[in-house]
Amino acid sequence: MSTPSSPIRGPVEAPRQIRTLKIDGFDVSGRAEQTILQVALEHEIDIPRLCHVEGLSAIGACRLCLVEIRATGRLVPACVTRIEEGMEVITDSKRIQKYRRSLLELLFAERNHICAVCVANGNCELQILAEELGMDHVRVPYLNPDVPVDASHKQLAVDHNRCILCTRCVRVCDEVEGAHTWDVEGRGVDARIITDMRQPWGDSGTCTNCGKCVELCPTGALFEKGTCVAELERREFLPYLTAMRRTEQ
Amino acid sequence: MSKARVATAWLEACSGCHMSFLDMDEGLLELAELIELVYSPLVDAKEFPEQVDVTLLSGGVGNEEQLELVRHIRPRTKLLVSLGDCAVTGNVPAMRNHIPVEQLLERTFVQEADLNPGAPEAVVSPLRPKVQPLHNFVEVDEYIVGCPPDAELIKFIVSELLQGRIPGRGVRSRFG
Amino acid sequence: MIPEELKDVAAQWQEQAGQYAHQVYVCTAAGCLSSNSDQVLESLQKEVKDRDLHEQCLVKGVGCMGLCAGGPLVAVQPDGVLYAHVTPEQAPAIVDALGDEPAADLEAIEADAPFYERQEPIALENCGRVDPESIEECIGADGYAALARCLTALSPTEVVNVISKSGLRGRGGAGYPTGLKWSTVEKARAERKFVVCNADEGDPGAFMDRSILEGDPHRILEGMAIAAYAVGADQGYVYIRAEYPLAIERLRKAIRQAKRMDLLGGDIMGSNFSFDIQLRLGAGAFVCGEETALMASIEGKRGTPRPRPPYPANYGLWGYPTLINNVETFANIGPILREGADWFAGIGTEKSKGTKVFALAGSVLNTGLIEVPMGTTLREIIFDIGGGIPDGRAFKAVQTGGPSGGCIPEQYLDVAVDYESLRELGSIMGSGGMIVMDETACMVDVAKFFMEFCRTESCGHCLPCRAGTPQMLGLLDRITRGEAVMRDLEMLEELCDLVRNTALCGLGQTAPNPVLSTLRYFRDEYLAHIEDRTCPAGKCKMRSTTEVNR
Ligand SMILES: Cc1cc2nc3c(=O)[nH]c(=O)nc-3n(C[C@H](O)[C@H](O)[C@H](O)COP(=O)(O)O)c2cc1C
Ligand code: SF4
Ligand code: SF4
Ligand code: FES
Repeated sequence: MSTPSSPIRGPVEAPRQIRTLKIDGFDVSGRAEQTILQVALEHEIDIPRLCHVEGLSAIGACRLCLVEIRATGRLVPACVTRIEEGMEVITDSKRIQKYRRSLLELLFAERNHICAVCVANGNCELQILAEELGMDHVRVPYLNPDVPVDASHKQLAVDHNRCILCTRCVRVCDEVEGAHTWDVEGRGVDARIITDMRQPWGDSGTCTNCGKCVELCPTGALFEKGTCVAELERREFLPYLTAMRRTEQ
Repeated sequence: MSKARVATAWLEACSGCHMSFLDMDEGLLELAELIELVYSPLVDAKEFPEQVDVTLLSGGVGNEEQLELVRHIRPRTKLLVSLGDCAVTGNVPAMRNHIPVEQLLERTFVQEADLNPGAPEAVVSPLRPKVQPLHNFVEVDEYIVGCPPDAELIKFIVSELLQGRIPGRGVRSRFG
Repeated sequence: MIPEELKDVAAQWQEQAGQYAHQVYVCTAAGCLSSNSDQVLESLQKEVKDRDLHEQCLVKGVGCMGLCAGGPLVAVQPDGVLYAHVTPEQAPAIVDALGDEPAADLEAIEADAPFYERQEPIALENCGRVDPESIEECIGADGYAALARCLTALSPTEVVNVISKSGLRGRGGAGYPTGLKWSTVEKARAERKFVVCNADEGDPGAFMDRSILEGDPHRILEGMAIAAYAVGADQGYVYIRAEYPLAIERLRKAIRQAKRMDLLGGDIMGSNFSFDIQLRLGAGAFVCGEETALMASIEGKRGTPRPRPPYPANYGLWGYPTLINNVETFANIGPILREGADWFAGIGTEKSKGTKVFALAGSVLNTGLIEVPMGTTLREIIFDIGGGIPDGRAFKAVQTGGPSGGCIPEQYLDVAVDYESLRELGSIMGSGGMIVMDETACMVDVAKFFMEFCRTESCGHCLPCRAGTPQMLGLLDRITRGEAVMRDLEMLEELCDLVRNTALCGLGQTAPNPVLSTLRYFRDEYLAHIEDRTCPAGKCKMRSTTEVNR
């Protein structure tokens, strides 16, 4: 048997022991070191999430995976909460939906998400979550920050307008690739992901060009060059039309 | 049954949402049975009429004239629909929002001008500091997102509204 | 040094001190220092020397005496005279009056003034009495005696039991039972354990911990060593903000002195217990006072909180069980072991034992540092000890708990202060900041001030706090500018609820508190800003022409 894995660090009282619990009324079971999210997913109960990716450490940052613990009425993030014997978990309720929608509103208002012109349009986890959760307008003011695009890397680029600070890039670069090119600087709403010591990505001495960060970015913040709307290669259409007309005449 | 009075208008937006509306194809004919288009870029009326049942507005509010128009329209329509991402979020026109207006005008009309440099003063309405969604200014009853929203979706929502149902979050629609 | 030698040092010091007929204490903590108390100290020393009195009269610098509003402060013992606002030129007059009535043309404060009489110093017992830079003097004032007793007479579990029985609760804000925390770390099985002292003190206006560290650093070292003995740790850290240079200097000196005397380091006092303490300087982020962010910072990482559980007691520094306590919590350890758990448990209220240090600030006559038994009423603190509101203005509210706390209005002034009562009122005890506000304060503006603080200090890790605090601030700003409508207030309340219930750490979870508590007690002020576009306190500048968004 493979070693049971948990995205949460820290001791487990009785590793590998089976715990039984209820999720949305279904009786389910999992190992003591597993999280609510892991067990839910194993039983095909989906829980919205943005910061968590199986295989990376869990950080509980986006709070979209909040679920309710029946006994206390408390909301806990499913990605960083271990299961307990006899626990009753509610993954979906009016209250939870409302919070999740509000959280998405805050995200959309925080940076400049213009889906219509985004490389990730149609492939973006944020955009899809908004659709799934019915977040159809943002009630708080857009903050419209003036944030940069760094296109100094020869193949890859980062557009901070679309970054939701999930730090998936930071973690995959550190925990899987072992390069630790990415990190976070600044505080609060001014926090930004950076490469190395805030050098341009293209000057990074640690980036291995592996592209893992781009692969995991839930939005269009990290992308391969040549994929965005403005960069589309256009066929020479007008000369073609003119030529066609000539042959017709 | 008398026909419902429907109006459309476009503010800080491209014509895309209206094109999508026209994209309903034969659906337009069905709709024509039910509605009378009393005001729209697609028809001749110059003044926004009184007692409209449903108004579809595309585009956010980016200048003073547009703000005046939304405020003029709101009390004259029973239901107001934000049509498309520009109306709902500001969208592409809002990409100027982090740039101060003077700087924007200076760059566009002075620095980049080939002829007659200088920002327009008369005729065109002064820009507001930011392009904002309609619901920042007036009550909005229904949101149709998409850039542009799907023709089928527009058709569905309009017919729901005409039957007195507000679909709200009941329909799935995606930004962009 | 072995325990017997410790007693000798103490006896020697007491004998030496007893030789002086007069002792003159000059406060050299940061508050008085900022009004040049070092020059007062110098001129007093010179005056005594010039008159050849230095054999009878000891002049020394001491830690904070509390009444910071009166600084520089000079105390004369055994006369029991306290002079306020002393200038270097007044040195001769003070020396003239030694052993006599207080000098007439000096500002003397009665020893039985309510400011002192209502207080009960435990954590601050030596503050303002001993020279913080002399370990002998600290030992003379019972320093390290409790540690000696633990090492010679008590098992670690017995020490934990004493602390549990005393009812001491954490003074860093949340009031978690200290004994329970110690016992969790004690029971954790691991190769290594750590003890951390949280001296990050980030609440605006708070200086309780700084004063203790500046006035009596050895007390903290002793408390930490006792804790380490009890839980089985061999390494300690004091996480202190770099903005406290004097406290850092004194701590460094104290650690050196203690190591030289075998009171820290290997085989302490001849026992086989070893414990070393190092300093770690914080760069001033408020969130680094949160225990998990603090640990990340000590480990050299970015100071951001992580979800709990696992708690530090099980999974702390580098994954090892770690005990984290606040400065004031550690300051109470020595006295509890010295005087006994029952003595401590006899002070305070049913659920909150002992005393609490507060930094009294704002619109109150006697601003400064005070220590009162739990259960003292707000009225006693503000009006008796604090001397009331200056300039005949009326009291409006008192803010406790800093950015995580709330504002308490007049009708609750007679509530006995403890952890539970303050929480019921929608505020918290917090670390001890207490800001008094009079009728000229606008409560929306106050809420805005704290929200601004939280927005700036949010670490940015979790979404609700990072993106929610700027939105709440924006709404408060609109209200104070007279541009808001009722819908904005509803949105504000909705965001408060969201952030409080969904943020990751205490900073975010409590960031809405200042808004919620002012809304609870002063909703009409919000409504006046919104509906009448006036600020009842006359503080906010309202926009005259209003072009209001919906
Ligand atoms: C945002 C935030 C800031 C904090 N700042 C401090 C601080 O400056 N000093 C402190 O002792 N505790 C602070 N705490 C509380 C600590 O996390 C921790 O609970 C405390 O140090 C435990 O010590 P105690 O049990 O002795 O109170 C803070 C908590 C939060 C959430
Ligand atoms: S760039 Fe992408 S992966 Fe990285 S933090 Fe931003 S949104 Fe997440
Ligand atoms: S609540 Fe605020 S300070 Fe705490 S983790 Fe979240 S962003 Fe950081
Ligand atoms: S997925 Fe759990 S907090 Fe982001």
